[in-house]
Amino acid sequence: MRHTLSVLVENHPGVLARVANLFRRRGYNIESLAVGSTENPALSRMTIVVEGDDRVIEQVTRQLDKLIEVIKVENFTKEEHVNRELALIKVQADPPRRGEVIQIVDIFRAHIVDVSPETLIVEVTGDEGKVAAMIEALRPFGIKEMVRTGKLALLRGPRALTAE
Amino acid sequence: MRLTGGEILLKCLQEEGVEVVFGYPGGAVLPIYDALYEGEIRHILTRHEQAAAHAADGYARATGRPGVCLATSGPGATNLVTGIATAYMDSSPVIAFTGQVPTSLIGRDAFQEADITGITMPITKHNFLVKDVKDLARVVKAAFHIATTGRPGPVLVDIPRDVSGAETEYEPVTEVKLPGYRPVYDPDPERIKQAAKLIATSERPVIVAGGGVIHSGATEELVRLAELIMAPVATTLMGIGGFPGNHPLSLGMLGMHGTRYANYAVSESDLLIAVGTRLDDRITGKIETFAPEAKVIHIDIDPAELGKNVRVDVPIVGDVKRALRALIEFLQKNPHPAWLEKIETWKREYPLTFEANGKLKPQFIVRQIWEVTEGKARIATEVGQNQMWAAQFYTFTRPRSFITSGGLGTMGFGFPAAIGVQVACPEEVVFDIAGDGSIQMNIQELATAVSYDLPVNVAILNNGFLGMVRQWQELFYQRRYSYTELYNPDFVKVAEAYGAEGIRVTKPEEVRPALEQAIASPKPVFLDFIIEREENVMPMVPPGESIGKMLG
Repeated sequence: MRHTLSVLVENHPGVLARVANLFRRRGYNIESLAVGSTENPALSRMTIVVEGDDRVIEQVTRQLDKLIEVIKVENFTKEEHVNRELALIKVQADPPRRGEVIQIVDIFRAHIVDVSPETLIVEVTGDEGKVAAMIEALRPFGIKEMVRTGKLALLRGPRALTAE
Repeated sequence: MRLTGGEILLKCLQEEGVEVVFGYPGGAVLPIYDALYEGEIRHILTRHEQAAAHAADGYARATGRPGVCLATSGPGATNLVTGIATAYMDSSPVIAFTGQVPTSLIGRDAFQEADITGITMPITKHNFLVKDVKDLARVVKAAFHIATTGRPGPVLVDIPRDVSGAETEYEPVTEVKLPGYRPVYDPDPERIKQAAKLIATSERPVIVAGGGVIHSGATEELVRLAELIMAPVATTLMGIGGFPGNHPLSLGMLGMHGTRYANYAVSESDLLIAVGTRLDDRITGKIETFAPEAKVIHIDIDPAELGKNVRVDVPIVGDVKRALRALIEFLQKNPHPAWLEKIETWKREYPLTFEANGKLKPQFIVRQIWEVTEGKARIATEVGQNQMWAAQFYTFTRPRSFITSGGLGTMGFGFPAAIGVQVACPEEVVFDIAGDGSIQMNIQELATAVSYDLPVNVAILNNGFLGMVRQWQELFYQRRYSYTELYNPDFVKVAEAYGAEGIRVTKPEEVRPALEQAIASPKPVFLDFIIEREENVMPMVPPGESIGKMLG
């Protein structure tokens, strides 16, 4: 089963390497990882999607917690949470089929953020399912290249993950 | 007060109560060595950085206080790596300081540059690269705090040469701010109650005690618990000395080369109380058949150890000493006469023994060391057969008297570790029980022992083989002794060349006088015991087998 972990870490150089090293060393699989700053400049937040059964996830969580610079680890999988991914997709859109591509982009409420004579870059934001569906819908036109952020997640409601 | 980084480092060490540093100088630590030159901290110059790390580790294991080692950048730092990994696997509070190339050169493949914080990331509890001399005092404070609290472990602090050379205003640091580091010492009372309930209804309990008992100083509590519920106690290799080996409830060591009665007791138990142990593969054997009928209570300060290897019914996170105290509160006297009777029968039927056939036997030598030292020596070991014979045949009765590389299994550990132990305990008799293979992995430390008048006794159980590997080749590879036979130097002459004493022993009746002579000698002594070449460590659980099924 796939789990979404939200990990609050100190904003130091090398923290990402420690986390990545831990996953590598103990043989856990990272499906995606997104890191960025938080409301507190001293902290960063990582959203890690990891595959494993409950026992593996418990080990991952506890091993992460052991890292000195990791302040808090929470498993969002069974909690109400919002999750989003962003993808940029450069799709083939020659004049005869361009209209079709634009239609699909509209249906998905995605955006076109770059236009060239043969291609468009589509920006899509949504949960994993939506991003995957967008990619499938564009695939027949020819995807030249693509980049994805990995999942970001926050708990719903007033509760927040803080250093305290 | 304006001080250089090197001077600040020494000030900080003094504030941490450090008395001795084991180290080896080099270009990137020149400012630190300059501060040491007239400083108040004792420095022991080893002959290899690896030995400095092991000596610091031996010092830490013998005293419970942090052991400090120091090396230069690049090869100096990488030579520490085996020592740091050894300390990490056995949760020993070693603090390693390394020089680094100047900050302006970091990342440019400068002369003697190695990314030692990157290299040691998976083998330290934490590590630091200090980029500004203003951070140095704070980092050193944090390093000692991390190494010595919670589950102890090594910490490395990498100091570029321009940082140790730079001056700044020194102010002692008193507070450590580590928001992500909050070890849990007090056990959850609910879990303690659950554990007490399991213990009260158990008919065949066994306690398995690991190194955590020693780290936490919980021997007294462990004895009280065992006597209260009349449960036999098996120790892991790291737990040896944590429970008196001469106690009637002692089962000795369990696992691959444990006693039969320890392994049988665990295999037939209905309740396993695992205390301060990670229950690794050398303990459990085939994991599916480990203690198959037992409920498991597991106490450890490291939450990640609970359920890592063995499924647990009652996990208890906390300091072993506090957890045992809390547990004892909820328990009543609870003898298990039938169970103890069964164990006594096993002890009578399957004692630890060896065939005395008039030849020089390693087990006999270890037993003689025990007799001559009245069981009171500090015994370090190398790794392999020597280590297992030491564990089996020396009866350890107090914590911190058995110093061995359990987790990593580092050959070459014992001699430098024994040097560290002797530095920490100058009045005590210190032995390294060694093999002819292992001793050659840090034999250069004879110079260290001689130059600092450290009268370490090295008992080389010399069979001309890498004995444990040979044993496996004999048992599982049809006696194909691939590269395990050793050409050896004359160890007596080697010792003498360094200014130490050397004694060769070939007959059983020579053992005792030789040991007495070695202990009486003010010099370090190599005892070259020419033992039976193909003696095996028995009993033994074959690899991948259940611990109840032993050979020998």
